[in-house]
Amino acid sequence: MAGYEFYGYRRENGRVGIRNHVVILPLDDLSNAASEAVATNIKGCLALPHAYGRLQFGEDLELHFRTLIGTGCNPNVAACVVIGIEPGWTGRVVEGIAATGKPVAGFAIETNGDISTIAAASRKAQEFVQWATEKQRERCSIEDLFVSTKCGESDTTSGLGSCPTVGNLIDKLDPLGATTCFGETSELTGAELVCASRAASKDVGERFMQVFNTYQEVIDRYKTSDLSESQPTKGNIAGGLTTIEEKAFGNLQKIGKKTKYIDVLQPAEAPAKGPGLYYMDTSSAAAECVTLQAAAGFVVHLFPTGQGNVIGNPIEPVIKLTANPRTARTMREHIDLDVSGLLRREMNLDQAGDRLIELMLRTCNGRLTCAEALGHREFVMTKLYQSA
Amino acid sequence: MTTAFIVHDKADTVGVVVVEDVQPGKDLTGWIMETDETITLKSLDPVPLGHKIALRDIKSGDTVLKYGHDVGRAVADVGKGHHVHIHNLKTKRW
Repeated sequence: MAGYEFYGYRRENGRVGIRNHVVILPLDDLSNAASEAVATNIKGCLALPHAYGRLQFGEDLELHFRTLIGTGCNPNVAACVVIGIEPGWTGRVVEGIAATGKPVAGFAIETNGDISTIAAASRKAQEFVQWATEKQRERCSIEDLFVSTKCGESDTTSGLGSCPTVGNLIDKLDPLGATTCFGETSELTGAELVCASRAASKDVGERFMQVFNTYQEVIDRYKTSDLSESQPTKGNIAGGLTTIEEKAFGNLQKIGKKTKYIDVLQPAEAPAKGPGLYYMDTSSAAAECVTLQAAAGFVVHLFPTGQGNVIGNPIEPVIKLTANPRTARTMREHIDLDVSGLLRREMNLDQAGDRLIELMLRTCNGRLTCAEALGHREFVMTKLYQSA
Repeated sequence: MTTAFIVHDKADTVGVVVVEDVQPGKDLTGWIMETDETITLKSLDPVPLGHKIALRDIKSGDTVLKYGHDVGRAVADVGKGHHVHIHNLKTKRW
């Protein structure tokens, strides 16, 4: 495969998207109804309802804003309508997204009511959709591409086949200047020292260990057992994974054999150190993790699964691969790439990695993933603690 | 010969069954990925696809190795060729 090029949408700030969504973004739970009504009125736009945004405070509130603003800023989003219950916080999200230079407009429900708000926001959404649909794709290179990864409903075949396939892709794309991201803090338990040793510098490794230890304190504070059935999940256990340590070593295969991560990101924090692999502090729950990575600006996601997690994301296409021959057979409509040939020794890791690169570039060019075709749009905000 | 189980690292004390029909008494061919060696083992339990099989006798209290690393502690004696899972292997964490 020469050159590894793809065709994407170059946005006002120079970043490249692979989708061209017009998003209707509710600031808070109260604004979901109006946002969904706008998306029903105007064809070609996408509402992102969620459960939060009221009475949050401190770090949790900052994460809420970072996630919403980051989602609007993602280059897969061409333009964005923000709807909130009141103008203050709505305006803060609009301002954050406007920094990219993309079209964005905010609407507040208080003093207007849902019906007038929906009418005004629908007129703006129509304008944005008609504007966005004239955008053309242009030729882009790997340096323009931001790729995230996270695995789910893993089993032992994940560590044997699908996760190392992602690792092979990362090892091949890292020297070409791709920006990539992994996370799943709790799911590195048992492999944390190996993970720390994969940091590009001592300082980055120490910062990883700090984040890791903080997460362990959360688990220690709330746990009522050894987390069997939560970590590993029931599905992991059915697939043969027994302990969190075993799961962690499988998980870590996703970062390849040689690539080092260059920075530690907070949840939903955009990478700022240039091309390279980034570690992000995230939950290991699939939709939470992918939502945070999308909010950090990653445009295409690689998702190895063992038992068959069906997750998608509304703005960041999720490519699924499995090495489990039974999952590839029984959950065919969810699996974009079957690498079970690795277990039969019909293909080697290098070939599997090349197939994944090829499929990823086709996805970047516009091919819908299984999750997109099936309408999986799991948008799940991470909440750090109770509201005030 | 069909590869019935795969071992990540030469030091590992368990392998992963990668076919769907492992029954007791079956002679299995395995592949050690790290060294590209072929080994054989007789299964003494039915072991489902993706589940682990003991590559040697493991004593209760022993650390179980996979990927060449510690993945937990045996909580029962496990004979070579037997199924290794939640009934005889536990996390050392949490």
